[in-house]
Amino acid sequence: MEMIKKSVNRMRAKSPWLLHFDCGSCNGCDIEILACLTPVYDIERFGIINVGNPFHADVLLVSGTVNPRNRKVLSNLHAQMPGPKAVIAVGACGLSGGVFREAYNVVGGIDKVLPVDVYVPGCPPKPEAIIDGVVAALDKLKELGLRKEA
Amino acid sequence: MTQTAILIVCGLISGPLLGGLVSGLDRILTARMQSRIGPPLFQPFYDVIKLCFKEPLVVNVWQVFCVHVYVAASSIAVVLFFLQSDLLLILFVQAVGAVMLVVGALSSTSPFSQIGAQRELLQMLSYEPLLVLVVVGIYIETGSFKLSQIYHWPDPLLPKLPFLFIVLGYALTIKLRKSPFDLSTCHHGHQEIVKGLLTDYSGPFLALTEVGHWFEVVLLLGLCTLFWSTSWVGMGILLAATYFLEVLLDNITSRMNWRWMLSTVWGVGLALSLVNLIWLTQGG
Repeated sequence: MEMIKKSVNRMRAKSPWLLHFDCGSCNGCDIEILACLTPVYDIERFGIINVGNPFHADVLLVSGTVNPRNRKVLSNLHAQMPGPKAVIAVGACGLSGGVFREAYNVVGGIDKVLPVDVYVPGCPPKPEAIIDGVVAALDKLKELGLRKEA
Repeated sequence: MTQTAILIVCGLISGPLLGGLVSGLDRILTARMQSRIGPPLFQPFYDVIKLCFKEPLVVNVWQVFCVHVYVAASSIAVVLFFLQSDLLLILFVQAVGAVMLVVGALSSTSPFSQIGAQRELLQMLSYEPLLVLVVVGIYIETGSFKLSQIYHWPDPLLPKLPFLFIVLGYALTIKLRKSPFDLSTCHHGHQEIVKGLLTDYSGPFLALTEVGHWFEVVLLLGLCTLFWSTSWVGMGILLAATYFLEVLLDNITSRMNWRWMLSTVWGVGLALSLVNLIWLTQGG
């Protein structure tokens, strides 16, 4: 039983499907995230697929600040993802609200709405940093998987 | 009796195994064509195993029923193929499975799922008549719908049925969900209608749709082998060349709309089949 759990977890780490949500970002982070798909970085090497559907996703990758209008959308997307799942906040705005944190329409970073597992700082972060963040999230995913089935 | 049992087990095992390997090769080949490295060969298996152990989220219980019937029908079709059964029976069993997948998608209220399901119905409308015509051509040449007799035909069928092989290629492209016919759902990550037909299947049920798809791929590649059934080498070369062309086509074409698909597939496909059938009956 322990062996099956472990091998399933290995599969989990080998096939993380990403859902990317732009939560009011300036598109700087989004361009870097999409750059990961290009032949230079080729994240499909690690089995990572950028899916457009929360039902199929394992990892939620969010960029940009949360505001009162999109916080519902964000929590909805998170609720629609079947577990085990991980959340990654990308960029200065996603982490804390960045330079917009004082603005009247900004709630703050992603962690004001969702439990964030990995923070990737930068304005915007380099594609290497984003890939690093996803790899860090995989450990979280494994841990969640073990806890859930235990 | 034992031979039958062995064949059934072979069909049930080789379906997912071969289908998954073909799909892994497909992903590597696609990546290489786009000057990427691509995922490992066993990536489709990792994906399916991961999906099997995800939390089951069901939009409508009918989806669960439909997806199980889909897998059952496509696996039965492959088993019948291994048992050297009747070609028409195999095609109809496969069609039942394909329809059930559409019914499952229609049972959800998501507009993406609905549009995907309707596009899938149009795709079926395009390729099903062509598949039947291919089988009719094989019957006219060999005098039988039985696979056991077709495989014992002394000459390769390809020189006699070249146009019907192209027609089968159309059906294969639609069934493999390759461009320019990947309207209802696409095997790549993104599409203009999210994931179309498969939008609302998730977790273990998405894994089942993938396994069902592998069975269908094996069945269609099996149909391709009929065209050079006299030697293993010929069969292998034909399959490899066909699949390579499919992947190439996927990478050099863009997705078209259903009107274009219906008119092209019916126009060209029916014309080519007719020419080949007339040639067979009158020329031979």
